[in-house]
Amino acid sequence: MKNISFGQYYPADSVIHRMDPRAKVLMALFYIVCTFLCKNVLCFGVLILSCILLIRVAKLPLRLVLGTLKPLLFILLFTTLINVFMTKGETLLTPPDWRIAIYAEGLWNALFMMLRIVALLASTEVFLTLTTTPIALTDGLESLMSPLKALRFPVHDLTMIITIALRFIPTLMEETEKIMNAQRARGADFRSGGLIKRARALLPVFIPLLSSAFKRADELANAMDCRCYHGGEGRTKLKVLKFRPSDFVAVFSVVAFGVGILFLNRSGIGYTLK
Amino acid sequence: MEQSEKIVLDHVSYVYGEGTPFEMRALDDVSLSIRSGKITGIIGHTGSGKSTLVQLLNGLIKPTSGQVLLDGYNINSTFEKAYEEWNGLPEYASLTKRRAKRAIREEWKKRQRELCFRVGLVMQYPEYQLFEDTVYKDIAFGPTNMGLSHEEIDTRVREAARFNGVEDDWLEKSPFDLSGGQKRRVAVAGVVAMRPEVLVLDEPAAGLDPRGRSRIFGEIVGYQRETSSTVLIVSHSMEDMARFCDDIIVMSHGKAILHGRRETVFSHVEELEAVGLDIPQITHLMRLLRERGLELPENVYTVAQAVEILKTALPKMTNKGTHI
Repeated sequence: MKNISFGQYYPADSVIHRMDPRAKVLMALFYIVCTFLCKNVLCFGVLILSCILLIRVAKLPLRLVLGTLKPLLFILLFTTLINVFMTKGETLLTPPDWRIAIYAEGLWNALFMMLRIVALLASTEVFLTLTTTPIALTDGLESLMSPLKALRFPVHDLTMIITIALRFIPTLMEETEKIMNAQRARGADFRSGGLIKRARALLPVFIPLLSSAFKRADELANAMDCRCYHGGEGRTKLKVLKFRPSDFVAVFSVVAFGVGILFLNRSGIGYTLK
Repeated sequence: MEQSEKIVLDHVSYVYGEGTPFEMRALDDVSLSIRSGKITGIIGHTGSGKSTLVQLLNGLIKPTSGQVLLDGYNINSTFEKAYEEWNGLPEYASLTKRRAKRAIREEWKKRQRELCFRVGLVMQYPEYQLFEDTVYKDIAFGPTNMGLSHEEIDTRVREAARFNGVEDDWLEKSPFDLSGGQKRRVAVAGVVAMRPEVLVLDEPAAGLDPRGRSRIFGEIVGYQRETSSTVLIVSHSMEDMARFCDDIIVMSHGKAILHGRRETVFSHVEELEAVGLDIPQITHLMRLLRERGLELPENVYTVAQAVEILKTALPKMTNKGTHI
């Protein structure tokens, strides 16, 4: 259970770790746009290189980032296969009398789509989850979304919900592991049997987990009440966010990267995505 | 190997999150043995590795290095190792190679599965593991997983309920309607119902009031006396351990620093104090009295015991005219 690290903060001392969370959210957004701007081999090459560079700059082990993608392997494979078989193009690779037709364009599409998803996930992790503590992240989100308050959108409440949810993920995981161990000690078997049998085997885990989650929620609400929590109005922060010039430069460089990609798209080398 | 050793730990280490920044060595080269048919107490501060130790005993976690032996059998043995060892045994000698291999695989699988029934582990705050709609069904969960008959399950549930002070009229109630202490007893009964050869309890009295504490310990001791099974209790309370345990293991920073009979362990006052543990208050008092010249035995662990001894020792002393 402990090896599920998608979204877990990885402590290190790097430029990206120290950045303002708002800058990181913006960079992640712009970078995602970049991944969708990529249209040809050259662009995707540069994109993947930039990803590796980012991981290096953030002082994260490459293995760790790749490892976090493992649970998503299925989705990756699925999209790749769909693209291989479903794309209709001009250059047919399989003999014409085959029932399955694979086109060269399909292979390219599949490759590009896969690289796009990998870059998208890896960059989000590098900018956000792996290098930013959940608290800093939600602080940043709250600050970025604060203009929505004018529209009566409950920004503070939403970010508080996210903060609490994020805070309780590791707690609940630990709890799940504990309960699973306790039931395993009574001979519960989670590994064998068909789908239905396995789903039923999880019942002795979910019921105690749910009951303790509600209990925790209740206790947390009481604890917040005791400390006079009454929403975001007039609340001050211990750590005030500060947008430094270097953060501007960083965000701007991602935008510049996107413009660069647009130029590379026009080079017209190899297959171009439509 | 001596038959009286139920469990042997041989140079066992356990590391959490090896190779990550969160790496932590919970157990560091621990070697010890646990006597059969006795109550052994494992004592140590939070983070001393005692909870990790008990999870190793029924195979919930596997040691990073070293081995755990239950009746001389390495509980984490892989099939390949088991095959190597058992291949020459007479019961497989008459079979063809393929049949023997299959028979050994079956035997190995059975042993792996049986492990949690042989070593019954009651985790910390076990009341959080209750899930069935009645207490009866919850206690029956373990025996049902063992694949026993209905009659056998019924006998065991009632027996376990009796051992743990679970009253008959609770059996049809929902476990969620019971009080904390009652739930705890039901949870312990759920493990006892599997009739494990070794019963391991991790902080069985945590969070209970003094009456609940002595009650649950009383039940455990009663169960042990009646079934003469091996019992392991993890705790950080010296007082409780001194009252109920035959042997004591003292853990500190992932190492077993003291290990032996209760009397032996409590005579190492300096070592205990060095790791921030204390001998029981009453033992300490008797020790002080002895230092003042009273003729008192060394192994006194309960107030009741001390009262009896002092009743005879004090008149003698006044006759002699000793002043404390």
